[in-house]
Amino acid sequence: MDELIGEFLAETSESLDVIDAELVKFEEDPTDRATLDNIFRLLHTIKGTCGFLGLTRLEAVAHAGETLLGKFRDGDLVADSAAVTLVLQSLDRIKEILAGLEQTGLEPEGEDGDLIARLEAMSEGKADPAPAAASAPEPVIEPEPEPEPAPAVEAEAPAGGGVFDEHLGRELRPGEVSLAELEAAFMNTPGPEEDEATSDSDGDAEEDSESDIAVEAAAPAVRPAAANAGPAAKPADAPAAAAAQRPASTIRVSVDVLENLMTTVSELVLARNQMHQIVRGVEDSALKTPLQRLSSVTAELQDGVMKTRMQPVGDAWKKLPRIVRDASQDLGKKIRLVQEGEDTELDRQVLELIKDPLTHMVRNSCDHGLEGPADRQAAGKAETGTIRLSAYHEGGAIIIKISDDGRGLDPAKIRAKVLEKGLATEEELAGMSEAQIQRFIFAAGFSTAAQVTNMSGRGVGMDVVRTNIEQIGGSIDLQSEVGKGTSFSIKIPLTLAIVSALIIKAGGARFAAPQLAVRELVRVGPGSSVAVETLHGAKMIRLRDRLLPVISLNQVLSQSLQDEAEMSGYVIVLEAAGRKMGLVVDDVLDTEEIVVKPLSGPLRSVSVFSGATILGDGSVIMILDPNGLAQETAMESDEVAAGPAEDAERSDRISARQRLLLVRAGGEEPKAVPVSLITRLEDFDASMIEKVDGRHVVQYRGRLLPLAHAGGMDDFQTEGRQPVLVFSEDGKSAGVAVDEILDVVEETLDLEMGSERPGTIGSAVIKGKATEVLDIAWHMERAWSGAPQRAERGGSNSILLVEADAFSRRMLAPLLAAAGYDVTVAGGLHEARDAAQMGAAYDVVVGDPAALSRLADEGYFKDIPRLGVGENAYGAPAEGFVAVMDRADRGGLIAALDKAARARAAAAAA
Amino acid sequence: MSAESSFEYVTVHIGGQLFGVEVCEIREVFAPLDVTPVPRAPAEIAGLMNLRGRIVTAVDARSRLGLPPRGEEEPVMALGLEQGSELFGVLVDNVGEVMRLKSDTLEASPAHLDPKWRALLKGVHRLENELLAILDVRALITWRTPLAA
Repeated sequence: MDELIGEFLAETSESLDVIDAELVKFEEDPTDRATLDNIFRLLHTIKGTCGFLGLTRLEAVAHAGETLLGKFRDGDLVADSAAVTLVLQSLDRIKEILAGLEQTGLEPEGEDGDLIARLEAMSEGKADPAPAAASAPEPVIEPEPEPEPAPAVEAEAPAGGGVFDEHLGRELRPGEVSLAELEAAFMNTPGPEEDEATSDSDGDAEEDSESDIAVEAAAPAVRPAAANAGPAAKPADAPAAAAAQRPASTIRVSVDVLENLMTTVSELVLARNQMHQIVRGVEDSALKTPLQRLSSVTAELQDGVMKTRMQPVGDAWKKLPRIVRDASQDLGKKIRLVQEGEDTELDRQVLELIKDPLTHMVRNSCDHGLEGPADRQAAGKAETGTIRLSAYHEGGAIIIKISDDGRGLDPAKIRAKVLEKGLATEEELAGMSEAQIQRFIFAAGFSTAAQVTNMSGRGVGMDVVRTNIEQIGGSIDLQSEVGKGTSFSIKIPLTLAIVSALIIKAGGARFAAPQLAVRELVRVGPGSSVAVETLHGAKMIRLRDRLLPVISLNQVLSQSLQDEAEMSGYVIVLEAAGRKMGLVVDDVLDTEEIVVKPLSGPLRSVSVFSGATILGDGSVIMILDPNGLAQETAMESDEVAAGPAEDAERSDRISARQRLLLVRAGGEEPKAVPVSLITRLEDFDASMIEKVDGRHVVQYRGRLLPLAHAGGMDDFQTEGRQPVLVFSEDGKSAGVAVDEILDVVEETLDLEMGSERPGTIGSAVIKGKATEVLDIAWHMERAWSGAPQRAERGGSNSILLVEADAFSRRMLAPLLAAAGYDVTVAGGLHEARDAAQMGAAYDVVVGDPAALSRLADEGYFKDIPRLGVGENAYGAPAEGFVAVMDRADRGGLIAALDKAARARAAAAAA
Repeated sequence: MSAESSFEYVTVHIGGQLFGVEVCEIREVFAPLDVTPVPRAPAEIAGLMNLRGRIVTAVDARSRLGLPPRGEEEPVMALGLEQGSELFGVLVDNVGEVMRLKSDTLEASPAHLDPKWRALLKGVHRLENELLAILDVRALITWRTPLAA
């Protein structure tokens, strides 16, 4: 409790300072929403924490203040100076109470009814109390200092009395401590300082009642003693007592200090290394022994300083069990808090920043997420709701999940609220998926709770959470199912954090690969049983009877397509973005704990690196980004590796275990399809499936995808959802519809009987049952025959691609050309302007949104549809754009282009 | 000489041309050691360096100005500057003296100058026997300004 209050005091005094400054700023410009939102958030946090620490006086004042601010925020009231003065007064009151709390560990007694009444009157919009209040400040504030010192002095003396405040109050005020008790206390306690100690240890070890008396007795005892000794003694004793109570094992150190310390240590390491080099050249140096000692001390120091930055995530959770307990009592719900992975280490700075968001989210789960016991029983769930907190590393990031098994987010309710709050229009909502609608809870000023409760529901909670997390470069997402529960996942990038890394060598340079993504190491080349094999330019190795696509780090980094004669060294098997791949490197050197340092602006676009680090010897090396590398293989393998890899798998499938998809199609018995052949599984709305020229097609990623049903022509669903397996071969795609997707199993596919029936290649025993294996090639033929591959477009379309980044240009241009567009590439604004000045005309301009906007502003290509392509560009405002797409979303890009081209063709025709 | 009407410059040579950089922009001057190249980075970025435990992005001024690359044996110095929380080192051939020049000898870059240079210069000072091109080091370490949004 003491530690909690200590933390609360430190945090709150910081927040109050900010509020003070912000309020003044707000008074100058009452239309400044950002400032008001900030004030509101800070006060909300203070209020919330007070509630959980049982600081009722503070909470009442903060709540009244917040209500008034809420009126400002909603525009119900205009903030005039009288109102701001009143809010400032309530802040002063909070500070006074905090001062008392700091001295005694207890809220000083006092009455805030007057202040609260005025705040309430103001927020109810009664104009007349305002002038009264404006004149009131003096009379109200003045009496305050008087009652204030009084309780403070009283409270000071019985420091350590703690819970037994009532007892003490009653006994102290009249001053009727019996002489015998005093006498006894004096006998037991020779001096004030030991006295403090004994009474403390009593409190810890012995019965409460006894320590109670001891403290009671000791405290008044100090007073007469002090009175005799002289007035100076008393104030000196009280802080001493307070200091003795504070746990001495931890101190608060600013992160800046630690950061500086770390920099200094790095310098020390460098200096040591230089000395090593000098000494190495000298035979028999007298420096050798002291240097060795210096060396080991430096290493220890470095280690220690590194550790100071790391903290288990459990430290941020410490407050939560208490909060959940209190919440369950206040709300009359039964709640169980499960914590997993609390040892996951986090950078201190990150930890500080996620503490508040986590608290908010757990509170929200208690308040809104979980139902009461009766509702839960009615829904057929266990009476006790569960909130599960878990933390783990994933692909170089730290994921924190907060999930509950409560009622879930009701999209209908959120939709209504969004409309009510004017956050989106009916049309906008109509085009959104449920998940998108649920994400509105992250919008500012949104709250679904019908009533404002003490715990949450003022509509700042999730907004604060999102802001705080985005501040540290993280992201937050949610998954929710009505009746089942809600799960939030926070992803914090690895920047700031220390990770363990594998130091590898490729092309004469060293690189670090985050060990979290490394699955295994395989030696390849001469002297090893594993060799890198090549199929039509795609490299792979055989790993336990499976083919693993590999790429050469040398080639990725030099971007050369030239094949090395023979690859030797190691293959690092990485898992990222949900797939495994191998990275061929020349050598594996070491593992080392590294501090990830972010890359500067111009280097951030290099996707294969996530940062840089300084090694123990002072050299700088780049940190590989497994996700970026995985994208690299994705690009290569999509084009060349897919086909041959399938062939290879097909050839050895007689003995190899395979993943098989079991489906139901035309009949009850399951049918099997090798998963490796399937490009994607899709689930279309049955109404989207159209019949063209006697064939079934569906619009898919801007193309028409021909469909065939595995069961027979007329087995297509007429309503509901139609599951479809999408297959691709030679750049053509087709869909095979099935009745139901049943399962994925891993089995040895051993065809036992051939088949004469078209559409099946035979039967095999799968899960102990004879199962027909579908002949995908046959079904694809059936789907294709006569079906159009591409939606008709009027004439050929030309595109201007404006992209300054050479890498993106190389990636996008072939993609667009392959989709049938005539692509002109401009490496920058100059080239685009030149093209415009030469009178070139295009149907669509594609490229960096900022560059395109700039061109349009300058009057170039401003009547032509613009399609923005950027990194993570989904959220960007699409003003003047047909769409803004993520670079990686190829299908979406082509679809948007086709749409833009059609729109233009239609406009031209009209 | 009042402060308003004069500037202090550090003179540097880049590919034979004399340039001036405002003293207040420069955090320090140091000899770059062990520059780690960054594969796939823009060509103008020479790599990363460790400057007392902080990572410095080394930008090659020659390459930025479209001048021929520096030979193996040629001397190199770095001007350290800070942009936000990021440290940059601008690689130049050598660092000369500190000069105080009156603003009245400063002229805008001539209109027929290579646009690449115009974008990186703040102007030109007429010295007695040569021209001192004033380098805009901020522009030098900023990439794709219009695209960065």
